[in-house]
Amino acid sequence: MAALPPYASSAQIAWHYGFRTICALIFLFLMLPIMVIVPLSFNAQNFFTFTREMLALDPDGYSLKHYNDFFTNSDWQGALGNSLRIAPMATLLSTGLGTLAAIGLSQQHVPFKGAIMAILISPMIVPLIISAAGMYFFYSRIGLQGTYWGVVLAHAALGTPFVIITVTATLVGFDRSLVRAAASLGANPVTTFVKVQMPLILPGVISGGLFAFITSFDEVVVVLFVGSAGQKTLPWQMFTGLREQISPTILAVATVLIAISILLLSTLELLRRRSERLRGMSPG
Amino acid sequence: MSNAQASDAGVISADGVPLKVSLARALRRQKIRALMLIAPLLIFVVISFIAPIADMLFRSVENSIVPDTLPKTVVALQEWDPASNEAPGEAIYAAMHADLVIAAEQKIHTRVGQRLNYEAPGVSSLFRKTGRRVDRMEPGNYKEQFLAIDKDWGNVEIWRTIHRFSGNYTSGYFLSAADAELTPDGIELVPENERIYLTLFVRTLVLSFTITLTCALLGYPIAFLLSNLPMRTSNMLLILVLLPFWTSLLVRTSSWIVLLQQQGVINDLLVSIGILDDQNRLELMYNQIGTIIAMTHILLPFMILPLYSVMKTISPSYVRAAKSLGANDWTAFWKIYFPNSIPGIGAGAILVFILSIGYYITPELVGGTSGIFISNRIAYHISSSLNWGLAAALGVILLALILVFYWLYDKIVGIDNVSLG
Amino acid sequence: MKSMYTLATAAAALMAMSSAQAEDMTIVSWGGAYSASQQAAYHDPYMKLNPDVNIINDESSNEAVAKMRAMAEAGNITWDVVDVVAADAIRLCDEGLAIEIDPDKDLAPAPDGTPASEDFGELLVSPCYIPQIVYSTTFGYRTDVAEWGGKEPEDLCAVFDTETFPGKRSLEKRPINNVEWALLCDGVAPDKIYDVLSTDAGVEQALAKLATIRDDVIWWSAGAETPQRLADGEAVIGSTYNGRLFSVIEEQKQPVKMLWDWQVFDLDGWIVPAGLPEDRLKRAMDYIYFATDTQRLADQAKYISYGPARKSSAPLVGKHAELGIEMAPHMPTDPNNAKNTLLYNYEWWADNRDDLDAKFQAWLAQ
Repeated sequence: MAALPPYASSAQIAWHYGFRTICALIFLFLMLPIMVIVPLSFNAQNFFTFTREMLALDPDGYSLKHYNDFFTNSDWQGALGNSLRIAPMATLLSTGLGTLAAIGLSQQHVPFKGAIMAILISPMIVPLIISAAGMYFFYSRIGLQGTYWGVVLAHAALGTPFVIITVTATLVGFDRSLVRAAASLGANPVTTFVKVQMPLILPGVISGGLFAFITSFDEVVVVLFVGSAGQKTLPWQMFTGLREQISPTILAVATVLIAISILLLSTLELLRRRSERLRGMSPG
Repeated sequence: MSNAQASDAGVISADGVPLKVSLARALRRQKIRALMLIAPLLIFVVISFIAPIADMLFRSVENSIVPDTLPKTVVALQEWDPASNEAPGEAIYAAMHADLVIAAEQKIHTRVGQRLNYEAPGVSSLFRKTGRRVDRMEPGNYKEQFLAIDKDWGNVEIWRTIHRFSGNYTSGYFLSAADAELTPDGIELVPENERIYLTLFVRTLVLSFTITLTCALLGYPIAFLLSNLPMRTSNMLLILVLLPFWTSLLVRTSSWIVLLQQQGVINDLLVSIGILDDQNRLELMYNQIGTIIAMTHILLPFMILPLYSVMKTISPSYVRAAKSLGANDWTAFWKIYFPNSIPGIGAGAILVFILSIGYYITPELVGGTSGIFISNRIAYHISSSLNWGLAAALGVILLALILVFYWLYDKIVGIDNVSLG
Repeated sequence: MKSMYTLATAAAALMAMSSAQAEDMTIVSWGGAYSASQQAAYHDPYMKLNPDVNIINDESSNEAVAKMRAMAEAGNITWDVVDVVAADAIRLCDEGLAIEIDPDKDLAPAPDGTPASEDFGELLVSPCYIPQIVYSTTFGYRTDVAEWGGKEPEDLCAVFDTETFPGKRSLEKRPINNVEWALLCDGVAPDKIYDVLSTDAGVEQALAKLATIRDDVIWWSAGAETPQRLADGEAVIGSTYNGRLFSVIEEQKQPVKMLWDWQVFDLDGWIVPAGLPEDRLKRAMDYIYFATDTQRLADQAKYISYGPARKSSAPLVGKHAELGIEMAPHMPTDPNNAKNTLLYNYEWWADNRDDLDAKFQAWLAQ
């Protein structure tokens, strides 16, 4: 796949390039919305429209006013602050509890495993609107509706299935004799966990945590019901923006977030390469 | 079993306890430890999630508002024969008067009116109107006075409705959710021009299936490419998959609107390069096509990631072995590689399917009228029409459908075999 | 388990904290430009006069009835003043979720001493409701459609005339307004509309009229959609709230014009939830007294083109705060705009909304 061998037949060459063209088109499909968002966020008008000035590359068609709005408007800044307060706490909760439970679930003998798994996965499979309404009624009754912790609990519940799934997946390949070896060398269960198990399942935990974070950070249906003014998150603000007054500010916000994710993802990739080099592994 | 017991009884472990007992104890300890690890999350999910859902779904059969608000009427109505074509007698009107006086004082008579209005339009205003005047009624001769307020109080249909929905529990919401209603002659489908939910359920399933299929078709080549490229390149390309995934759902949906609408980017492009005539722009959204395109885009990473993680584990030596044994490229792929990648397709497909069944924001924005899902109606009944019982009944049916697919999936693939990259 | 316990105590502590800050007053509204106009005309001046009050904006008006019902079920009222449309206010009042208000006692009289009940007049459609503004749902159209050959729509029925005015229409995805307009253009007299709609045949008639343009309609569910579509050229004519069209035309300078013919009036205003504790109720009523007086209502019109609900406010309506144009001609209540108007029958819709909606949605889904 990597390179075409010199003896490839003409059909193989055609397939090689044909396949890559297909893949390139699919990647284009994946990136299209982002390619639209970024230029539109510099629109000088208040609509999601490519104006004639923009297409003619006239500088008057572009402006930074939507970025200005995002960085100076207290609504947007407050929403960003709320998102940054809620998402990490929800992630922490779901990752912590989820990792523990995944370790428990991957033990050899777990009674009622199927039923337990179904319950733990349920936040992912129940349609969001049902979850949102259910949590809304129930949280109102126990006084959690409209509180910070209400939203955090709801988001943590929605994030746990992702943690369970990713961590159990890494544990499937986990060699249990390592735990026994550590125990036979005198390590207590906590030491074994921290020194042996944790480093090995860490990639699973991190990726589960990322999913949990994004679940909370991008969630709008549940927070709309469970939250109140004090918990207005970015997606909520975006939703109001789309419903009450279309403003490309949400595109500016999205562009900023995309830039941050590119930075984050590339940093992670660079770190990974560095650690591979340090461990003496071939870069593959 | 008894044989095994007899043979085990003799073996004693080092501390003098029979081995069987010792092993059983160790097993029990293991089980308890596993449960202790699971317990915090289990308790957390049950309290913060399962309890609310159960509470919500219970509303689909709950009907206590009628007997609670109209206790005397409900009892009195048991004497009345709904099959008779005559309005009830004075005693029942007197009971209704007594109930309404108390209810109007607490201002809850309109709530019962709302409830019954779902079954018979017009009851809402009947109760509202009557509630305003009920405390001014003279004792005695209630039937006449009720009829003086509104002649609908003499309508047998109204009384039949109250009679039919006087229990603490009702099947009414579930029947409505199946486009049916309870009539004096039994269960019947509602008139054709009011049927909507069955259509929507079928459409939700068909569209979700189509979306799953397109995700598989588009996701497979990408996952295949990623798993056959050197790590460095594939990780960079993976960013292209993750980036849209990290972008807000709302923003992605709006940008599909910009792309797909008739005056949108894609149509403009096609017109400007001359493929399309300006008069015949394609209708790519506000219909099922729009829903399929936007949802495929949103759910595609959920297909690619599990597929990729399965394909990474398929050893290239299998394919090489097949080729060395004389298979051509296609046979090697189709007979060796593809079967090995099926668990990945299964995992991705079920994930996409289950997630897509429950979506509603994207279909609402791009689906027009033909591309909306059952969840859109659930949302409507929760926040607009406030018919929470019907919303819950629709939710129960939707959830049951999902559980069937979840169960199938667990049987075929096993839920602990899903991996998200 | 321990984590659950710490969580519970933390949650309890947090709740105790929030209830200690008794100065907060939560006002629920729609968000966007509408909330901004209320902030400038009502909230800011009120907080200046009462430095001990901090107004928190909650943008939940869209879910207000559902949320208030759940709050009442739970016995935990977290809102102080709520902005809703008239139909929702009537429903909330019916269900006992909003308190009744005595206009002459609880609201300020007009500057000339006219009692509030007369000043608001027939707009007091529910005993719980204090209207702020009159808005209308009406049509806007693009002025640069080549296919129209220089013609411009002059009356409502142009919406149904796809021969003369081809192009996409943007209509709201619900029966209210649409069925009334359909019947009007199908020759039903304005005062007979609800009599006709009360029969099955009448509903059929309305849907049949709508069916004639069905292939040309893009349906909307959020008020911001029609302005976006008009600006894009995706739709050439579409219904939305008149304030949105004002913003498209005057603020964004798009080639769009208003078609005021048979605009449907509706109200937006305040209700106060039932079951508030004494001190919060007192503050909410104090706010309402301030925010609905003649000057305040006239002030709001400086920021958004909705007509004040008091008769006495109309002469005080001035110029737009930023654009500096006279606002009076942009009000839906201006005599030039209000030649043909429809005020919908709240009572009728309260009874038939669910039923007609089911029929409408089934028709859409066919």
